[in-house]
Amino acid sequence: MDAQAQIKETVTSNPVVLYMKGNPKFPQCGFSNMATQILDACNTKYISVDVLADQAVREGIKVYANWPTIPQLYINGEFVGGSDIMRAMYENGELQTLLNTVAAK
Amino acid sequence: MLSAQQLELYITQHLACDYIKVLGDDGTHFEAVIVSAAFVGKGMVQQHQLVYAALGDRMRAEIHALSMKTYTPEQWENKA
Repeated sequence: MDAQAQIKETVTSNPVVLYMKGNPKFPQCGFSNMATQILDACNTKYISVDVLADQAVREGIKVYANWPTIPQLYINGEFVGGSDIMRAMYENGELQTLLNTVAAK
Repeated sequence: MLSAQQLELYITQHLACDYIKVLGDDGTHFEAVIVSAAFVGKGMVQQHQLVYAALGDRMRAEIHALSMKTYTPEQWENKA
């Protein structure tokens, strides 16, 4: 399976996926750290993918959503945004609303 | 080393901005406030994609992190 197919499989078979540097316990970048803190604050379950562990995924994820930076959040298979957008959506309540639709399923 | 001023120039060369301010003095991490009519009618993801597109390959090579806030001219006006 190539990286694009692998990413599609991951984001469509899991409701909330965070592509990040490191893992939630040991984030390797301040922006990834902020992203995990936002998801924790929303009290949501999510899986994380460490892009530092797989170079093909690290490059592939930038192509997948036409988004050159990491972290990247996917909800219900849709790209939601990077850390700036996560923070903005957290502050205006949209992220919690979106995550609630996942929890309700 | 890439300066905030150079980064402003790179963005405005490919994206018409009503207002732009880029901060950051370590050469790789930057924060930007960008106001452009090109953002009208677009979501945040598309707005950020326009800025990334303006920077092209520089986003891969020179710039490690660009934190940004994007506004349409109307949003910017109402904010002030």
